Amino acid sequence: MSKIIEGLRYSDTHEWVKVEGDIAVIGVTDFAQKEMGEITYVDCPDVDDEFAKGEEFGALESVKASSDLYCPVSGTVVEVNDAVVDGPELVNADAFENWIIKVRMSDASELDSLMDAAAYRAMTGE
Amino acid sequence: MKYYDKLIFELSKEGRVGYSLPSKCDRCAGTEAIPAGLKRAEPARLPQVSELDVVRHYTNLSQMNFGVDTGFYPLGSCTMKYNPKINEEIAAMPSFAALHPLQKDLPGVQAVYDGLDKALAAITGMKHFTFKPCAGAHGELTGLMIIREYHMSRGDLKRTRIIVPDSAHGTNPASAAVCGLEIVQVKSNADGLVDVSDLKPLLDDTIAGIMMTNPNTLGLFEKDIREIAQLVHDAGGLLYYDGANMNPLIGTVRPGDMGFDVMHLNLHKSFSTPHGGGGPGSGPVGVCEKLVPYLGVNVSGFNGNFGVMLRAYAYILMLGRQNVKLCGKLATLGANYIKESLKDVYELPLPQVCKHEFVFDGLKSGTATTLDVAKRLLDYGYHAPTIYFPLLFHQAIMIEPTETESKETLDAFIDVMRRIAEESVSDPEILHNAPHDTPISRPDETAAARNPILKYWDACGC
Amino acid sequence: MMAGFQYFPQTAPDIQAMLDRIGVKSLDDLYSDVPAGFLYKGEYDLPDAMTEQEVRDFFEGLAAKNPRLTVFAGAGAYDHYTPAVIPYITQRSEFLTAYIPYQCEISQGTLRYIFEYQSMICTLTGMDVSNASMYDGPTAAAEAMRMSVAQAKKKNTVLVSNTLLPQVRGVIATYARYYGVTIKEIEPYAGQTSICSLEKLMQEGDVAGVIVPSVNRFGIIEDLTGFADMIHADKALFTIYCDPSALAVVKTPAEWGADVAVGDGQPLGIPLCYGGPYVGFMACRKDYMRKLPGRIVGQTADKEERRAFVLTLQAREQHIRREKATSNICSNESLMALWVTVYLSLMGPEGMKQVNDLCWQRSHYLYSRLLETGKFQAVFPDAPFLKEFVLKPLVPASDLQKTLSDAGFFAALETEEGYVSFCVTEKRSMAQIDTLVNALKS
Repeated sequence: MSKIIEGLRYSDTHEWVKVEGDIAVIGVTDFAQKEMGEITYVDCPDVDDEFAKGEEFGALESVKASSDLYCPVSGTVVEVNDAVVDGPELVNADAFENWIIKVRMSDASELDSLMDAAAYRAMTGE
Repeated sequence: MKYYDKLIFELSKEGRVGYSLPSKCDRCAGTEAIPAGLKRAEPARLPQVSELDVVRHYTNLSQMNFGVDTGFYPLGSCTMKYNPKINEEIAAMPSFAALHPLQKDLPGVQAVYDGLDKALAAITGMKHFTFKPCAGAHGELTGLMIIREYHMSRGDLKRTRIIVPDSAHGTNPASAAVCGLEIVQVKSNADGLVDVSDLKPLLDDTIAGIMMTNPNTLGLFEKDIREIAQLVHDAGGLLYYDGANMNPLIGTVRPGDMGFDVMHLNLHKSFSTPHGGGGPGSGPVGVCEKLVPYLGVNVSGFNGNFGVMLRAYAYILMLGRQNVKLCGKLATLGANYIKESLKDVYELPLPQVCKHEFVFDGLKSGTATTLDVAKRLLDYGYHAPTIYFPLLFHQAIMIEPTETESKETLDAFIDVMRRIAEESVSDPEILHNAPHDTPISRPDETAAARNPILKYWDACGC
Repeated sequence: MMAGFQYFPQTAPDIQAMLDRIGVKSLDDLYSDVPAGFLYKGEYDLPDAMTEQEVRDFFEGLAAKNPRLTVFAGAGAYDHYTPAVIPYITQRSEFLTAYIPYQCEISQGTLRYIFEYQSMICTLTGMDVSNASMYDGPTAAAEAMRMSVAQAKKKNTVLVSNTLLPQVRGVIATYARYYGVTIKEIEPYAGQTSICSLEKLMQEGDVAGVIVPSVNRFGIIEDLTGFADMIHADKALFTIYCDPSALAVVKTPAEWGADVAVGDGQPLGIPLCYGGPYVGFMACRKDYMRKLPGRIVGQTADKEERRAFVLTLQAREQHIRREKATSNICSNESLMALWVTVYLSLMGPEGMKQVNDLCWQRSHYLYSRLLETGKFQAVFPDAPFLKEFVLKPLVPASDLQKTLSDAGFFAALETEEGYVSFCVTEKRSMAQIDTLVNALKS
């Protein structure tokens, strides 16, 4: 059974969001990292790149799979987690501890359309 | 096979040469006359080795390889049939091999193009072929371009969506995507065939056509093809035939008769040309009469892989109208024979008669995975079948024997597959750790992807 | 039930035993799932089966109908010498009759030579990463066009130099038409890609990539000074199309500041063979490694820590990306990559330099001898060329071609401007050059 953390928001494409003021900290869920298997590469955007909600911002790769990452909220990238770029295995080790990007949200109301932990748990059937 | 660890760069010694060239005149200028700003700074770091060094090195490398001439190669969807040796001699004839691609007035060459075109048209029921595509995926792309061009030429610009079954080869959606088409997936039914009821609502005036493989990637004949063709044509779409699985139909069924408008053939699969470790192939595209005007689509540099065409034509002339009739049937016989001989120990999800290939969904008992079975087969001197494809089954093992394999070869393979099934219960570890008797054991693919070493100097740090 | 056929090993009793195991009566019963109307009942319109000897005679007869001409033409296919070792090695059945190295434990031969090939392409081009090869040069250039657009995300125009070979521009145009990319042509100036034209097109905006040749269709070694800065200022991808044989002596794509190098490996000892099989190559800087199409081989270790090679970075590939793919290439041109690898191993750095020296020397000799005939004018007198050059004919090109062909030469190909081109490789002797010139004089 995958770990799901209360208090975070979740997208149906398996990203999680932790809100810190107007900043959204974004990563992938434990469920997603398990599905991928050993992650070999995290493709990240550049700081200052802008994304609309639902837009592709990067990708995870494993030996035999590739999975695009979608931005759960609209905004501008303010920070990229270099640690996961250099060590993609960190996402396998702890998907919630090892965030991928931080985005300054342009419309915080978009958070309402994301799932809470219970809804995400129901969606993944866990 | 034995492990050999050298790379050609490691044999290099300053001053050693492996060539002979005419001496240049010392008075005349050479490349030192190239203006300084246009010269490369340092010579390329190529090896300096003798002719014998080269011959031994590559001979040693070859001995870590397994080909059709080494042993049975039941790789599903790849049609690893025997590659006749006469074909090689013909392709190497100097009067063909020395021709410049822009030379005109070559009656001998024209006869090869015309003769092969006519023969493939006879076998497939298509009108004419283009030989420019260099491989199967290249043929798919070319065929889809022809479909798009047909619709565009009629001013029918909104037809930009293409239907692809969920069991399709991975190249189908990729070819469609790079051809600017949007992919619409149609589901398979419980029998593993295109679900006609799922197809019907997808058909509207935005559909350019449907890509089908028949028999499909499960080795099953799409029985409803007549109805599917009717539905797609009535909706204004065209039918594309993925010729990767043409082998069982050679001499029995013609795609043109089933209503297909465009198709590609893999000369390296169905028509016996060697696979060459992954090319060169040839993927000629055939069309029905109304699409002939669009055959000129320009997808490669010159005239296609002429050397591969020569081999395929030689094979077809050996087959002739007599032997052609047995080609597909014997391929189908071999596949059904293996299927029926192993279905008590391997999970057979779709029990009906198959064509040239079929799919097991892993072992019936034990903890061994399909990967374990595949790797254990290597120990017993067989190439593994295609595994984990099609995606419809989690433990897919796709077996294609081809018509060039004898009953004795198939019986020996069946025995080994049964022995592996027994081992999976009695000694599963031997499967989990297989292969044991190959030049290397299972390599660390995760490390390869995380820290890519893609050329010699990445590893030696020099 | 049949006379024996050498590629079908099944005897009549074999077939019967197999049918019995399956539980059907006849081979036709294996097609019971095919609707009756689709089973082909007619006679196939094919010749009678030939014996092996008849097949050989048939092709020898066809081959004899093709005139054998001495090639003084290039235009994308070059008649360099093929050392005997190459066909000897590439005909080894372990290489010839294998397929894509899916089972790496029994494919280390293929995987190792591809790794060597990638290394050699990298050192020739100066790039960091090469793929395992592509169909041919023009399709590799078309892949670079798609790669440009894929990396740029929101820009959709690719600039293509007019000085690229027509077949390269043609295939790029075909791929772009259906992929939905706008192609604009950079004009030539004095036989080279015009940097002024490039600047003007860059200013129009939307440029995702630029493709120019190293040695161009006039045979001229282009001076690409200033190109990289101008292209990179707009975050566009800079691709150079090159002759890999020439790269042994001319400035590399990396030295010009390019991001991607593509071209055709044919000049590395692959026979002309009426246009194929050849091999495309494609290499890039490390930043674009994960956008590079095609297969890539990487080094790793097996469980016993022995050096081992595998197909790697497969997450880029079509069988995983499916409808999100930016390339549909599946296999490569593996045996031809081996061909090139063996060629470069034999030649080494010194052999490659000598080949280019001989090309330079002999082509310049032909160039001046042709001008002496009074039947040509120089077109680009100050531009440096390596083995191929163009002249303006003072008589109709078709007359020249006819005269040369009658004398046993294939030469004087007409360009789109009405110039004629000649090419001289190390295979052409001084005596052959003199004979060609004399044929024109008479």
